[in-house]
Amino acid sequence: MLKIDNLHAAVEDKDILKGINLTIKAGEVHAIMGPNGSGKSTLSAVIAGNENYTVSEGSIVLDGEEINELAPEERAHKGVFLSFQYPVEIPGVSVTNFIKTAINETRKANGLEEMPANEMLKKIREKSELLEMDRKFLSRSLNEGFSGGEKKRNEIFQMAMLEPKLAILDETDSGLDIDALRIVANGVNKLRNENNAILVITHYQRLLDYIVPDFVHVLMDGKIVMSGGKELAYELEEKGYDWIKAELN
Amino acid sequence: MELKETLLSSFIAFEEHIDVDASIHDIRNSAIKIFEEKGFPTKKEEAWKYTSLNAVLKKNYTVFPKYDSGIEFKDVKKYFLHEIDTYKVIFVDGKFSSFLSATTHDGLDVCTMSSALNKPKYKMVIDEYFHKIAKKDDSLTALNTAFAVEGAYINVPKSKVVEKPIEIIYFSTGAENALMVQPRNLIIVGENAHVQIIERHQSLNENTVLTNAVTEVFAQKRAIVDYYKIQNDLLSANLVDNTYIAQKQESRVAVHTFSFGGNITRNNLNFYHQGERIDSTLKGITIIGDKQLVDHYTLVHHAQPNCESHQNYKCIVAENATAVFNGKIFVEKEAQKTDAFQQSNNILLSDKATVNAKPQLEIFADDVKCSHGCTIGQLDETAMFYMQQRGIPKKEAKALLMYAFSNEVFESIKIPELKQRITKIIAQKLGVNLGFDL
Repeated sequence: MLKIDNLHAAVEDKDILKGINLTIKAGEVHAIMGPNGSGKSTLSAVIAGNENYTVSEGSIVLDGEEINELAPEERAHKGVFLSFQYPVEIPGVSVTNFIKTAINETRKANGLEEMPANEMLKKIREKSELLEMDRKFLSRSLNEGFSGGEKKRNEIFQMAMLEPKLAILDETDSGLDIDALRIVANGVNKLRNENNAILVITHYQRLLDYIVPDFVHVLMDGKIVMSGGKELAYELEEKGYDWIKAELN
Repeated sequence: MELKETLLSSFIAFEEHIDVDASIHDIRNSAIKIFEEKGFPTKKEEAWKYTSLNAVLKKNYTVFPKYDSGIEFKDVKKYFLHEIDTYKVIFVDGKFSSFLSATTHDGLDVCTMSSALNKPKYKMVIDEYFHKIAKKDDSLTALNTAFAVEGAYINVPKSKVVEKPIEIIYFSTGAENALMVQPRNLIIVGENAHVQIIERHQSLNENTVLTNAVTEVFAQKRAIVDYYKIQNDLLSANLVDNTYIAQKQESRVAVHTFSFGGNITRNNLNFYHQGERIDSTLKGITIIGDKQLVDHYTLVHHAQPNCESHQNYKCIVAENATAVFNGKIFVEKEAQKTDAFQQSNNILLSDKATVNAKPQLEIFADDVKCSHGCTIGQLDETAMFYMQQRGIPKKEAKALLMYAFSNEVFESIKIPELKQRITKIIAQKLGVNLGFDL
């Protein structure tokens, strides 16, 4: 589904990604771990098309089509979703209206009619229940005054509504208490199927107890330096990132 | 002939054929003298530093248009808040249109300035209020006073809660090549009374219009006045709006100004406190582009203790447009425990757009809370990326962010249908269809 080949990216002339290779197939869950500043969040931003980063080399291919040059919304229309580490507050625009707009713009871009109102409502009800969200929450302004946990839950709610092909979860566990983490992870797990793929970006192994990856990759200094199964995450947790550095030397 | 000369020379003829009592005659005569002496304001004056009327004044204006009520309701329906029942005082090329209006004398007076100035039964009220709070030495206010014959007259008696909003609309048909109009409104809101007013100036074709309007509002004890100004005129229209508000004890007056259209729009909004525990609100949303200019010049004169004022102006400026916010807060020595707040937030959407923001605080009391803040920035890139990431295209994402930016002001619109209307105007202005009402 996703094939990243020799990806180099920079922000303001500072090279951050220095040759990433990564292949993700439909139905798989991949985790990327790494110390602070290794380029994890950059990788997620670059896949989603953040224009602050320039791709100097390499390619990102989604379902056989190179997407490097596409605008963020075009990538979103093709099924790329990024759950933000710090979701943005938008006063005056309710959660419901925002998600309606997002869905209908995506449908429009894909040549579909707007979703009928009753279908939309039904879906909103269903998915908000999945994330154990209060109904009142839906009429509040997007992310305004939300707690850290509410923001993340709202991100996963949007993911559930948009049903992306590729979902990237950037530090979704940060700022979550254990109950919120369980709800969020449970939501993600229910959305997993053989047609979509999930890329989990995390600093700690904790989230991976709940969202169990098929593959774990370690990112250091802009490169994937080691890949393995889910046991690699435990090893990292136990031995720390210095262990990898030692291994590499 | 220059416009000033045209106006001065036509004044004598004008004075001769209007039938008013001696006191008004005296007011007019002293007003024209002030205008003769001061002339139109220029950029040399501090108060007009950022706004030049020069180009606008060069046109050959008709100052006494012929009346032609050629317009039909269906042509102008969209400018009314037609979803709900309202009182209407409508003018076409400066003249009252009884056909488009819905006035009343039942429980309150909603009618015309001309009848208030000419009918004996209004004389006492006119003597007490006409030209009493308007700034006498302001040249444009003086000019309006000299020629004031028509406008809206609203008198809400004690304890009357007016159940329908009152719309005051000035249409110009474009029958003249260039038209100058000088509407004059007088609004008196009695003790404990409550009224909502919507004012609009609208050209119906692209011939130049220059409007020099003066509005005097008197809010008596505990009166509540919600005043909304919709400025979404064509690019051929220029407006100088001079609004003067006198507030008595515990009254609450809020003026919201929505500026989206027009070539040059200058809003002189003045609040004068004449009692304690008064609340004044001045809010605005300005979204302009092209070469438009909108200049908000506000004054809140705190003269008594324990009063509050809240100012919140949001400006989004694109292309070659210019926005000005000059906010003056004057706190007299007696006005202890004043709580005055002023906020001006601006977004620049292009390299050629300009914002001039100038807070002026003059405080002579020693126990007050006065604060002001000003920001000038751009649309938040992270927020843009966030929305685009969810599939919302750039143009729509921008529009949503602009709504979000103006939201604080939106939220305080008390008439839901008006809120919807403003939303629609903005969506139209930004060329988006969001598929929902905010």
